[in-house]
Parts: sequence; C-alpha cells; structure tokens
Amino acid sequence: MKNRITELFAAKKKDILSVFYTAGFPIQNDTAAIAVQLEAAGVDMIEIGIPFSDPIADGPTIQESNKIALDQGMNVGLLLNQIRELRPQIKMPIVLMGYLNPVMQYGIEKFCKEASQAGVDGLILPDLPLDEYVKHYKELTDSLNLSISFLISPTTSEARIRQIDSLSTGFIYAVSSSSTTGAKSEFSAEQQLYFKKLQAMHLKHPFLIGFGISNHTTYAQACEQGAGAIVGSSFITCLKNSKDLKTDIHQFVKSLKG
Amino acid sequence: MKFEVDERGYYGQFGGAYIPEMLYPNIEQLRDNYLKIIYEPEFQAEFNDLLKNYVGRPTPLYLAKRLSEKYRATIYLKREDLCHTGAHKINNTIGQILVAKRLGKKKIIAETGAGQHGVATATVCALMGMECIVYMGKLDMDRQRPNVERMRILGTKVVPALSGNMTLKDATNEAMRHWINHPTDTHYIIGSVVGPHPYPDMVARFQSVISEEIKKQLQEEIGNPYPDYVFACVGGGSNAAGAFYHFLNDEHVQLIGVEAAGKGVDSGESAATTALGKPGVLHGSKTLLMQTEDGQVVEPYSISAGLDYPGIGPLHAHLFDVGRVQFVSATDDEAMNAGIELSRLEGIIPAIETAHAIAALDKIELSAEDVVVINLSGRGDKDLETYIRWGKY
Repeated sequence: MKNRITELFAAKKKDILSVFYTAGFPIQNDTAAIAVQLEAAGVDMIEIGIPFSDPIADGPTIQESNKIALDQGMNVGLLLNQIRELRPQIKMPIVLMGYLNPVMQYGIEKFCKEASQAGVDGLILPDLPLDEYVKHYKELTDSLNLSISFLISPTTSEARIRQIDSLSTGFIYAVSSSSTTGAKSEFSAEQQLYFKKLQAMHLKHPFLIGFGISNHTTYAQACEQGAGAIVGSSFITCLKNSKDLKTDIHQFVKSLKG
Repeated sequence: MKFEVDERGYYGQFGGAYIPEMLYPNIEQLRDNYLKIIYEPEFQAEFNDLLKNYVGRPTPLYLAKRLSEKYRATIYLKREDLCHTGAHKINNTIGQILVAKRLGKKKIIAETGAGQHGVATATVCALMGMECIVYMGKLDMDRQRPNVERMRILGTKVVPALSGNMTLKDATNEAMRHWINHPTDTHYIIGSVVGPHPYPDMVARFQSVISEEIKKQLQEEIGNPYPDYVFACVGGGSNAAGAFYHFLNDEHVQLIGVEAAGKGVDSGESAATTALGKPGVLHGSKTLLMQTEDGQVVEPYSISAGLDYPGIGPLHAHLFDVGRVQFVSATDDEAMNAGIELSRLEGIIPAIETAHAIAALDKIELSAEDVVVINLSGRGDKDLETYIRWGKY
C-alpha cells in the first residue's frame, strides 16, 4: 500500500515545502480550492488544520482562523467530505493536523478509518501523548497506512527525540523555537545550532522545520538545515487578506521560494 | 490509597498529560520531582511554618449552632475563609512557589477567574520576591476590579486575555501559551486540580491539609474523626479535593460536591459539568467537559466567577464516575439565598462559590444525628458587588 508522504520523501530529499492552513477558512468551502492552487504553485504537501475552540499551541493568527472557521460551522465531518472531493484533484500528500478533542468526539477509530478512505496520508495530533498513541492507536494507524508525525522542540531531550523518531512514520515536525505558532523574520544563531544538532543525529526520518517561517530567508534556512519547511501563520495571513485566492497563493509561494 | 493517581497520571479513565511537545520538558521535570520535593523534611518544615504563621492555619472548625438548628443536624463550618487572602487558594500557591524555587524557576505565571487564585499567587510572589504575571479574562477584569488592583498593589502584572470569551478558560489558554514561549525560567502555578499530570495530584496534596485538620478537629470536638457528610462546591474542584482527600477511603463518610447550575441545569446557562459534560480533553487532561457534539468547548455560566469553568478536575470526574462523590447542583438564586441565610444566621458572608455548598443543605435528606462539615472555602468580600446587584436582602 503506498503512502504519498513516504513517496514524497523518497523522491525529494531537500527543499520540501509544506503549507498549513485551517479548514474552512476564510470561507467554509475554500478548503479544496486552496489546496488545488497550492499544488499548482509548486507546494509539495499540505497540512489542513481541524479548527478547535481552545488552540493552546497557537498564536493569534491561527487562533483567529480557528474561530472564524468554527463560527461558520466547520467540523470534522464536513472536512472529511471536502477531502473526498479534493483528493482526485491533487496528487500531493494531505496531512490533517488538530487538537485531540474534536477528533475524540468524532471517534478516533472512525476518524482514522474515514480519513484514510478519503485519501488522507498522515496525521499530526500535537496533544496526543506518545504513550497513549502506542498503547491505543499505533496498530490502527499502521493498519490504515496513515503516517503519524510528532513534534519536537529545542527543549526536547536527545533521548526523547530518538524515541519520537522510532515511533514516527513519515516525517518529524521540528518546531523551530520554544514558542507558539507565528511569524518571525529570521532564525537566531541558537536556533541554527539546534537544527545542526538535529542534522548530526542522523535520524531515521526526515525532519521538516516549522513555526516562525514567514519569508524567503527563514524558508531557505529551514531548507538548508532540514528536509524542508512548514509554513502556517504567514499563509493564513495571506488568505485573510486575499481578494483573489489564485493570484495571491501563487504570489505567496513564489515569494517564499525566492 | 484507592483513589490515588496511578503511575501514568490517571484516575480511572481520567487524567493523563495531553500536552503539546513544547510543554513536555516542563511537565516531565515537575512529574519526576514533585513528590521528592514536597516530602523533603526541609520543604515540609518551611511549608508548615508558612501555613501556620503566614496563612493562619489551622483554620477553625466552627459549630454553626443556628444553621444546625434550622437544618436539624450538627453542622460544622471549616473556616477556609479565614485564611490569609480570604480563601483556601493560598494553601496551594504557598506549596507551588516552594516547589518552583526548588526547581530553580525565577518567574511565576498563573491564570485566574474571579481573581482569588490570582491574588493568592501575587501574594506568595511578593512574599518570595519572584516576578509574577497573572492572566485574567478581559471580561473578568472588568467584573472583578478590586482583585485586579489587589494583584497590582502586590506587584503583579495582570495581563488581559483577549481571546475567546475572555474568561477563565481563555486566561488558562493564555497562561499555557506563555509557558510554551518561556519554558525554562518560568513555573506555572495552576490554581485548581486541573491541568496535565502531576498538577491535579500536586494541588490536591497541597489542599489536603483541609481534610487533615477536619479529622483532627472532629476527633477533639466529638471524639470521632468521621463526619457523616462533607459538602464542598466544585468549579475545577480544588477546595473539594482538599476537603474530601483524607475521607476518600472512608466510604461511610458521604461526600457531596456542589456544582453551579447557573440559571438551571437545562437552561443553556449553567456550569454543572457532571450533569452536562462528556469525557474530553482540555488544558492537558482527559476529564468531563462541557462541549458541543463536535468537541468544541462550551462557555459555561454561573453567577459565581469561580465556578464557571467548563470542566472539573480528573479526580472529581473519576469520583463521579465510580459514585464515590454525589454531585448535586445549586442555581444562582439558590446560592444567593443560601449566602444571605448564612450571613443572617451565623454572621458570615460567604463567597458566592461557597454559598453553593451551603445551598445543598436543602438538597440532601439529613437526620438529627448527622454530623455535617461544610467547607467554607472563601469569604464574600470580593462578591459584595454581586450581592448588591442581586439585591434581595
């Protein structure tokens, strides 16, 4: 059984660009249209956020997008429908990312099965504890060929990074700094050292650098140190201000890649 | 102990540490060290000295004669309202700041709803000379002006939480975000038995002094450490956890948790979590949670700003689940009437949170031989404005 994430990382070792956006934002039915434009603009992978009322790891930009999406009635069931519609239109991997509670209420097993059937390739559930995953869900996601990515941050110990590496499938999400999500203009020397340390660990899985990537400088730095970059908040800001999704998305990706 | 947290941080199906990886090192450090730290003789000596000479413990167990007459039972009030700063909250903040110091932390953050926990945190930070930031929902800041100024007088920076509905839940979100952004030098003093493991257990242990004293005092008073009932109000559940703690395994002691029904459990404006909640994950633990079918957290309502939290601590969720604690609820009106009644019968104006526990006297069938202890968790000074607005006295 093929998994598009594994295939992507096998075919492309560097400069992977993954873009995060919140499902149902700015307009409920934009989820699929945005993905199509992102692929056309040269993006390698998308991470679609499941909106939640209390996103504690997110800064103001993504918080606001969550609230707007929820106010418009976005939920897990609708998102899965949008993905069923989207899947035939794009080739790149689709990752769903979200806080655990909405998934738990939908039913974790039901969610994983339906997501996999809809053509989702991977999941990121930042507040799902590792031991819960191993005990209750690893068998399930493995059987569905759903890749699971965990986060690591500059304060994650080396032993734990190794543990996360051994349990991840697909890629590792390296958070660039100890922070919530949000744009920063460049990476500090300390952050660069952290990326170098990760590189030197020769992990089994490739890592993508996310949080704080907002422009060509940070994107290029992330690509130099890791397999690529994840961009979220600055893309949400682009969507929020957009009058013409197609033009603005292409312009956004172009300015990132430089 | 049968109701103790297990090694994975669970009480039955509830608890755990559902946190983003960025918080993991902090939580791991706390989890691996809190028991070691708090049972060091030196820690215990400092903690007990502060509880005695600074907080004013032991707090009296007062036989409320006129209240007893009215309800035809023997009713004692555990006077946590006489603690320094006016509520039980300080038992926990004293404990946690001593833990924070021993972990080498330099700064303190906290969340607060009505402001009692914020004031208790600001107080211990002043006492220990530590920098303190308290997050408080913008709406709560407007509603609880005097407590905001108390914190500021104590040297704390009060930061308005502007996200969501701008109340306790949002203040907690902001405090967690702050902690993610400042992971090494900062300790987060959570004010209730909520949050990721080990917080619920740590806070319950610090508050357990309440039931420890009740046992001793009852032994002296009536020659028997066991009451028939213990009543306590439950928002997140810290005062109830403290008042129940040493009775949990004494199953002949009936434990009554009183939640805020707001305008009525089925009115759509309520905070009665055990009646309205389902298992879910918020603020780092799996617990009973008021939420929509889609798993979005619902904003609760109560006239008391200290009870309008959409969850309860995982220990309480478990105690509810296994039937060890009977949960009842009191509406705004019932609580306000009970507050006035206690004022008139005993000369004690209780906090409106606490008034909910008093209101439960009407909901439990008591017999003349019953000995009842009500945890009088806080005093009503902070609520004068609400009493005045309610006006029926």
